[in-house]
Formats: sequence, C-alpha cells, structure tokens
Amino acid sequence: MDTTFLIAAAIKIAVFIGITMSFVSICVIFERRFSAIIQDRVGPNRTMIPLSILGFKKDLALPIGGLTQPIADGLKFIFKEDFTPSYVRKVFFWLAPVLVVVPALLTMAVIPFGSPMEFGNTIIPMAIADLNVGPLFIFAIASLSVYGITLAGWASNSKYPFFGGVRACAQMISYEIALGLSIIPVLMYFGGLNLGHIVEDQVANGWLLLPLWNEGGFIIGSGYWGEPLVVQRLLLLIPIGVSFVIFTTSIFAETNRMPFDLPECETELVGGYHTEYSSMKFALFFMGEYAAMVVGSALIVTLFLGGWSIGFGIDGMLPTGAWWVSLLHIGVFLAKVTVFILFFILVRWTVPRFRYDQLMNLGWIVFFEAALINVFLAALIIASPSIGLGGVAIGGAFLILVTILLIKVAKGATQKPSATAV
Amino acid sequence: MAIIKVERPKLSVGEKVYFGAIFKGMIITLRHAFRSLVGKSTGANELNSSGVGITMQYPEKKWDDQLPEYYRGAPALVTDELDRERCVSCQLCEFICPPKAIKITPGEIPSNNEWAKVEKRPEKFDIDMIRCIYCGMCEEVCPEQAIYLRPDYVITGTNRSEMVHDKERLYEIGGKRVGLVNKWNDLK
Amino acid sequence: MSEDAPAKTVTAEKKLPKDLAAEKGMVNVQIDGHWIQVPRGTRMIEAAKMAEKEVPHYCYHPKLSSPGNCRMCLVQMGMPPRPAPGAAPEYGEDGYQEIGWMPRPVIACANTVGENMGIRTTGDLVEKTREGVMEFLLINHPLDCPICDQAGECKLQEFSVEHGRGQSRFKETKIKKPKNVDIGKNIRLDDERCIMCSRCIRFMDEVAEESVLGFSQRGTHTSVTVHPDHRLDNNYSLNTADICPVGALTSNDFRFQMRVWFLKETKSIDVNCGTGANTVIWTRGNEIFRVTPRQNDDVNSAWMPDSHRLAFHSLQTDDRLTRPLLKKGDKHVETTWLEATAKAAEGLGMRQPNEVAIIASGRMTNEELYLAKKIAEAIGTELITIVPRKGESDGKLVSADRNPNTTGATLIFGTDEPCAKLDAIREGVIAGKIKALVVLQENLLEEAGFKIKDLSKLDHLVSSHTHANATAAKSHVVLPGTGFAEKRATYVNVTGRLQRSNQAVIAPGEARDDWESLAALLSKLDKEYQPPASMDGVLNALVTEVEAFNGQTFGSIGDLGVQITETGVTIPLLEQEKARVKSGIIVG
Repeated sequence: MDTTFLIAAAIKIAVFIGITMSFVSICVIFERRFSAIIQDRVGPNRTMIPLSILGFKKDLALPIGGLTQPIADGLKFIFKEDFTPSYVRKVFFWLAPVLVVVPALLTMAVIPFGSPMEFGNTIIPMAIADLNVGPLFIFAIASLSVYGITLAGWASNSKYPFFGGVRACAQMISYEIALGLSIIPVLMYFGGLNLGHIVEDQVANGWLLLPLWNEGGFIIGSGYWGEPLVVQRLLLLIPIGVSFVIFTTSIFAETNRMPFDLPECETELVGGYHTEYSSMKFALFFMGEYAAMVVGSALIVTLFLGGWSIGFGIDGMLPTGAWWVSLLHIGVFLAKVTVFILFFILVRWTVPRFRYDQLMNLGWIVFFEAALINVFLAALIIASPSIGLGGVAIGGAFLILVTILLIKVAKGATQKPSATAV
Repeated sequence: MAIIKVERPKLSVGEKVYFGAIFKGMIITLRHAFRSLVGKSTGANELNSSGVGITMQYPEKKWDDQLPEYYRGAPALVTDELDRERCVSCQLCEFICPPKAIKITPGEIPSNNEWAKVEKRPEKFDIDMIRCIYCGMCEEVCPEQAIYLRPDYVITGTNRSEMVHDKERLYEIGGKRVGLVNKWNDLK
Repeated sequence: MSEDAPAKTVTAEKKLPKDLAAEKGMVNVQIDGHWIQVPRGTRMIEAAKMAEKEVPHYCYHPKLSSPGNCRMCLVQMGMPPRPAPGAAPEYGEDGYQEIGWMPRPVIACANTVGENMGIRTTGDLVEKTREGVMEFLLINHPLDCPICDQAGECKLQEFSVEHGRGQSRFKETKIKKPKNVDIGKNIRLDDERCIMCSRCIRFMDEVAEESVLGFSQRGTHTSVTVHPDHRLDNNYSLNTADICPVGALTSNDFRFQMRVWFLKETKSIDVNCGTGANTVIWTRGNEIFRVTPRQNDDVNSAWMPDSHRLAFHSLQTDDRLTRPLLKKGDKHVETTWLEATAKAAEGLGMRQPNEVAIIASGRMTNEELYLAKKIAEAIGTELITIVPRKGESDGKLVSADRNPNTTGATLIFGTDEPCAKLDAIREGVIAGKIKALVVLQENLLEEAGFKIKDLSKLDHLVSSHTHANATAAKSHVVLPGTGFAEKRATYVNVTGRLQRSNQAVIAPGEARDDWESLAALLSKLDKEYQPPASMDGVLNALVTEVEAFNGQTFGSIGDLGVQITETGVTIPLLEQEKARVKSGIIVG
C-alpha cells in the first residue's frame, strides 16, 4: 500500500464521517424547523452563539435562524447527568448505544460521495472503501444495529424498553427481507454490486428512475423511440419503480422512523427501548437513528437517483478527474441527500403511526410477495431480448402463475383462524 | 340497545394501495407548510403572528392590553385609602398555599403607631415566586382583602433569592386599592 | 328431677333493668334513643360523653364548679310520668317505663341523671335552642378572628359553624369594651371577645386560690376585670388562657407568634420539677412555640405552673453547644465524636479507679442514669452521685424537689440517698485525691457548690452539657447533649410514677442524644459492651437490672405513665382536687 492511498483514506474517513455527523445535526434542526412550520409554529429560531460563557459581555446574535441550535442540543446532552439505574445489566446497558451508532456510521464507508478525483497519477475514488459488494456490505452492517436496540431493551431490565427492543427486533428482521429482495431487480439491471460503477452507469445511461438520456443524448425527441432497447428500458421502469417504493418504505422501517417507529412509540411504551437512557447515551441512540436516515437516503440516491451525477448529460461535458468537478459532484450528492431527508421529515409529519399487525402484514404479506414477483418480472424484461417471443410468453405465463399463487398465499395468510377450528 | 354492526367500507384497488392517499397527504402538508412559512396561516393576524406560523414572538411583541380582567399574575399585598397595610398576618394564605410559597412572620403593631388598635401586622412577608403556582387561593382565602393577584407576569431573577418577593416588593407591586370594606377604620 | 331444673329458671321472674343497675350503683339513662348505664349522680353532660354524644358547652369544665351560665349545653330531658296514687308503674316489653319529655330544655352541665331518664342531644328543640344561644353570644363578639390567637382552637368558631345560623341579624352598634388590656405579666385581656363563661374567674378562685378576677357592670356591659389593686401575676395564670374558650385571655408569650393550625403536637412531660406535669409541646418545623398542660389526673390534673411552661425558651438560645470540643492548650477546638469519645475514655481509663468520680444529674433520664452507673462500674469507682436541687413547694404543683428524676436515680443507683457522695467528691477534688471527673448535665458552680479554682485542680474533666457554661469552659472534653424536648426518654416523678417524654424537635448541630454519647463512652471503657441500636435497647437493659422497672417498655408506659414504686409523696393540688370532688363541687 502506498502512502498516498493511506493519506487519502484517512482524509476521506475524517471528511465523510464529519459530513455524516454534521448532517445528523442538520437533520435535527431541519426536523424541528420543518415540523414547526408544518404545524404553524416557529421552531427554534433564536439560539445565539453563547459568547457570554467565554467571558464576553453579550451573546453574538447572528441572523442564522437558530442554526446553532444543534450545538446547544449537543452541549445539553453532554452536560446532562449520565444516570445509570441500579437495576440494569451494566455492561450491555453501556454497550447498546455504541452498537447502534457504530454500524450506522460504518455503512457510510461504501457510499460514493462524488466522482473520482485525480491526484497526481493516482485516481482516488470518492468513497472510503470502494468495495465490489457495496449493497451487501451495507445490509450486513446495517442489520447489526438491531443488536444495539434489542440489547438496550433487554439490558434496561424494565418492561417498556423490553417491549421496544422486541418490537424493533421483529420489525427490522421482517423488513430486511423486503429490503434485500427489492434491490435484486436493480442489481440485475446493473449486473454488478460496486456502488461506484452503479453510479457511473447511471451517469452514462440516465438515472435508474429517470432514464431520459443515453450516451450524451436525450431519449425524447431524438429518434430513439422504437428501438427495442429503449422499449425494454422503459418497461423496466415498472419493476424498478416497485423496487423504489418497497426499498424506500423498508428504509423507513429499518431506521425506525415514522410511520414505523413502534419501538419507541411514546403513547404506548413511554420512550421505547431508550426509556432508561439519559445524557450522552441517549444522544447516541438519537445520532444512530439520524445517521441511519442519512445513510438510507444516500443509498436510495445512489441506487435510484444517480448518486453524485448532475444528470441531463451535463456530467459528460465536464472534464473527468478535475478536483472542482469532484467537489461539485459531492455537492450535488449532498443536495440530493438533503432533499431526501426533507422527504423523510415530510413523511414523518404526514403519516400517522401504523398499528403493529398492520406493520407486520405490510412487511411479510405485501412487500415480501410484491418484491418476489417483482424479481421475476424484472428478470423477464431483462431477459426478453435474448429468449425470443416464445420464451417471453412462457415466462409471462409462469409469472402470472406465480403471481396468482402468491396472492392466494397472501390471502390465506391474512385469514383469521375461525373460532371452531381446533 | 341494539347492536349495530358497522360494516367496514369496501375499498377499491386504488384505495387499498394507499400510496395515492399518502401522496395527497404529503401535498396537503407541504401546502400548509408553505402557507405557514409566508405567514398566511389561519388566524395569524388575529394572534399577532410574527411572520412564521401563528406564534407571537414574545419579548419583542407583548399582549398586555388584551390581558383579561381576571388574569392571575404575581400575588401582591395592597394598602387601603389611608395607606394602612391591610394584611394583619392571619396566615390563612400561608396555610392554604398549595405549593407552600408564602412565609409570614407575624408581629405586633407598636402601641405608638396610629393603627395600634389593629394589633397585628406581618413583620416579614415572603412569597417565593419560584414556588408560586398563581392559583389565586391566597386571594380567595384572605379575610382582610389584603392580597391580590396582579397582572404582572414578568417575574424574573438571576438567582433564587431575587425570586423571593419580600414585604416591600409585595406592597410595591400591589399598590393602593380603594373601595374595599374597611372594618378597622372608623367604627372601631 | 333433672328435667325439672331448667324449667324452674325459666319461670323465675326476670329482673327489671332498674334493679340490675341499682345493684351496681348505676342508673339507666336513655341518650338519643339508646339505653346505657351510668353511675348514680353523674352529670347529664358526662353521661352524654359516655354515650359518645357531644354536648357543646363553654362554662362547664370538669375540674371547676358548674355555674351554668353559658346556656350552651341545653338538652331536652324526660322522666317517666309519676304514677297515680296507688297505681303501679308500668314497664314496657324492654323493662323500661315510658319517658315523658319536658317541653323546655335543661342545662346538661349542672343536672344529674336519674333512673329511667331520657336525654335528647339532637332534635328540633335542642337545635333551635343552640342556634338561639349562639346568636346571643355572637351579638357583641368582634370580627377579630384574623388577629385573634385563639382562632383555630376557638370553641366559639367551632360551635358557630356547627350550631350557629351563619348570618347575623344584629343591626345595632356593637358594645365597645376595653381591648388589649395588660392584666398580668403573662396574660393579655380582650374584653370584647369575652363570652362571660367565668371559667377564668372560677379557676383563680378554686384552683389557684387567688381571687383577682371578677365580673363588673351588668347586662350586655358585663366584662371580666382584674381587681383594681391587683394584677394577674399568679404562677398559674396561663392556665386561664388555656381554659378560655375564646380569645379573651391570651398568652403574652405566645401572642402573635404562630397560628395554632401550623403547630404539631407532641405529648411529653415537664422536667422542671419532680412532679413531672404532663405536657403537649407545640412545634412548627424545628422550633418550639408553646408548651401546654395535658390532663393526667394522677399527676397534674389539667394544670401547669407558668414558670415551667415558659422554661422551653432556654432550649432555643444561641449558647447551645453544637459540636464536641477538645481542650488544646487554653482553647477549645471542635472535633469529631469519635475523637472526643476516645480522648474522654483514655483520660478515665489510665487512672486508678478511686481517682475518678462521676457527678450525674437528677435532670438526667433513667436511661442516661443507668449508663452513667455502668460507666462507674466499668471504671471501678464507687464515687457516683447526683446533685440535689431543693426548693420550696408552692403547695400546688411545684414540687420541693426541682430535679425531675431523683426517684429514678434512687432506684437505679440502688441507694436511698443518691446525692450522698457529692460532698465526698467535692472534698476529694479540693484535696487533689480525685484527678478525673465526669460531669453530666450539671454546672458544678451552681447547686453542686464547687469553686472555679477547684475545677482547675483536675487533670481530666469530661462534661456533657446542652449550653455553654463555666464547667464546660473548664472541661477537657465537652460532649454536646440534648434538651428535654429533643429526646425520647423516661423519668420517674416524686410519687414514683414512670413517665415518658417524647422528641418534639431535633437537637442543633451535631449534638447527640446523651444516651448515645454515654453508650459510646461506655463501649470504649468496657470492651465487651455493645452499644444498643436505639433508646429502647437501653431501657430493655435497664429493665432487666433494676427490679422496680420490671416489664416496662416505652409502649407499656403509655401517654399517662405507670406507677412503679410508692414513695409516699403526694401532690398537694391533687389532694385539694380530691376534696372538692368528694364534696360534689366538681366532677373531677
């Protein structure tokens, strides 16, 4: 390993972790201001820079609309009494918050933040680890965070946290299946698992959900209509769209966000799994949740919305490898992530919480089946040029059969056992 | 009572896949957010909104002129027309005070005082405004009409002892109150 | 034969209730519909009390004569109709005669019950009567409640709520009378508030036997006054404030100090003389506001001398000792209990037993005296004594023995003369034979007769005091102790009655209950001694060693105490009271 790589990796780790963490705090202020505005309120708008604690006469009041609020929140968390109840299982109680926040930050390692940067002779990819199994790595690591929550619930040795932990465990395992199945069509289309390559593919061939340009030219109005490849590509939008919906929804469930925040449902469980936590340990749960949200948004953007690409063929016009292009792409990526985070917040303040059985039905009966059918549908569309009309017909018939079967199974699953049946 | 069985409404396929409804909901939320952001929320004008939502930004804007007559602010002692302190330190307010905010040290009026016939007055009268819950029980229970809840609501201080209103401060807030029953003045 | 026997008892004539009661010297009385048996000669108001029916009253007091002048205790009375000449009285199924109710009420306080009498404490007639009496009593009563010390324990307030009509119909001008009159050094008079019950006058006449109070004027102008040439300076004057049902007589000492509803009551006893009058200590927070007598017919009746009840002020002075002190050079330095106890024990243990003496106090509790004796035994010295404190008896409640626990010391030390060795110790100290001295709760310069230069001869002086004094100033180790209201303990009074005092307030600073510091000292001197966890442990040990205390616990002593020995001493006031009961003047 050469030193350039090491230095670059170190810088990237520092910068990207820094970006994620600052995004977490920005998420919080966004959440508070946006929800306030939705509810006809103002939100935190007057936090100053507290120069007076440094000995100055007055606080510095900048017209930044309370943007320093996250600093105040953080300070508050640090200076609060860190209380560990006497009846908890101490080791696990202290371990649990770490187990929540670390996986969320780890998954950031494979997300490509921008186009590769040329530095001397070496090309530095703008991801901390340019793995060839990116999404698998993310799923593998992200599913670890369930341990943190479950442990928190169990180690608290108190009934509400325990319920919260159990709920979180069941919910996250359920939705991981839908999450994994839903991106199989996407991976089939790209034919690879390297997230960097997936983004580059989208730069060239249009965003997965917005295939409007191809190799530098726009599809609409440029004679491409009629060509079988394009028809296939447009047809493919159907399974991709289904994938997007299932994937996004499952990410909501994975991050325990509204409307799937049953593990910390305050009307039923006080605070859920973090009821017994305070101070910085609670803050770690908080950060873990928002970091997971940031990573989820980043993943959705990378897979479906072109990652760091500007789109509309503009990327092709820019010189490759220049540092400012790289930075521009990082900016675009972050902008997209921000929009998605706002979407997350909008959903939270629009949709009411699910009932737990509805949540489970949605995961196991709707999303699981839909994702399965979706895989077959995508496979059929992708394979159609090479298997001919007959193959398509047989495939279609098989698909319909599978669909009917799955719907039957799903209906059977929702049937309640009758009282007379033993 | 007859049991009425309510049928669940039959949902169409579109309704069953409720993404449409959720999307509609998000549009409504966004529209509301936009109205709130430009200060067009319902009731923004009536409530003296400061621009965003319907919230009035407090220290900059105040609403004192709209305080109702029965507003319960800081409790205070009052004097009568002849500047006699009405309080005779019967300590009923101290007794009734739910958060135990009032502390009275009773004292005898010296015989050379013009109101010596009243015999008793508070030597010290402290109300701990950190404890006070503005319930108005003290005003209600006072047999001498000596304690009233005034419209003062800006009770601030930078330490605990500043938040304890002593007798002097209480008379300063309360001032003179006329037109009450003056049982000590003439007849006796 | 055997079958006939039960049949006989059935046919035997059933005895009437009046005969059954008469056998026991009782009579049957029907009170609000229920028949009870009460002793012959009982006042109607006492009979109602036995039936747990309250008859409101102002002038009646069981320890005073009954003039019947307040008219508040009016009840309806009924007797069986007198049979026609020659006719036999008719008895109902229950064995009682029918009661013929009188159309007019009678006062319950001055009439005695009779056989087959009926009393109604409720009903239209009685309620109307009470309402009327209340209205008359309130006619000239001022609206002083906010400034009146009696508010909260005022019978006029209570009965006005219970039996009054709520509104005044009196439109005329109220009679004005003198207010805030200084009639004695402890008592303030407010004539407007007086309802002319005459309790205070009767108390001064009959109990205190100094007739300085009386009524002057007539009609609505009647007012209580003190004799023109006298003042109410009797040592029992504060009892008049206690028995005054309204706020006419109030205590100068308690005047405007605190409203009574804030005060917590702790049952205790007085420790200022050998009588050990039963008291209630009234406290708020950690402050004592007043001490009042508590009825105990075997000790103090319902009274208490002023000098004793005002003595609590000495507990709340600034010269209380709050930390253990060690003498370093010429000065005292504050130290910890551990070090103070260790230093005290070290100085006592290193000397020959006959060089050490203990001067205990007759003001100490039984438990403390017991531990003092144990300490003497651990050291091996015979020299333990208490200090005599003699005064003159006032012929009522103040005993000649001003130590509250001389009898306790007699029992615990196992000698008839617990003060006997004081002279020997004093001479030993002066002669330099006694090198170390333990002084408990006594200032040696007072009754013990020491001189300050005598104390300078001692090598080791350990003392325990509540207040700073000359003995403490001379001591090498000073242990701060607790006063009477600050500890739960037992005393034996001059008549041999074991009584209990209870803790009303907490001692200031680090001052410790004396039994704790003595037990700690004892455990340093006697390695086998395990200090008990609580006061009860000390009493339990004492009970097993001193025969007179056999079987006693804090629970068995109760609020009124138990007689554990006979000393032959009597309390003069109780004797006078017994004579009045016997002559029928009072109920007792």
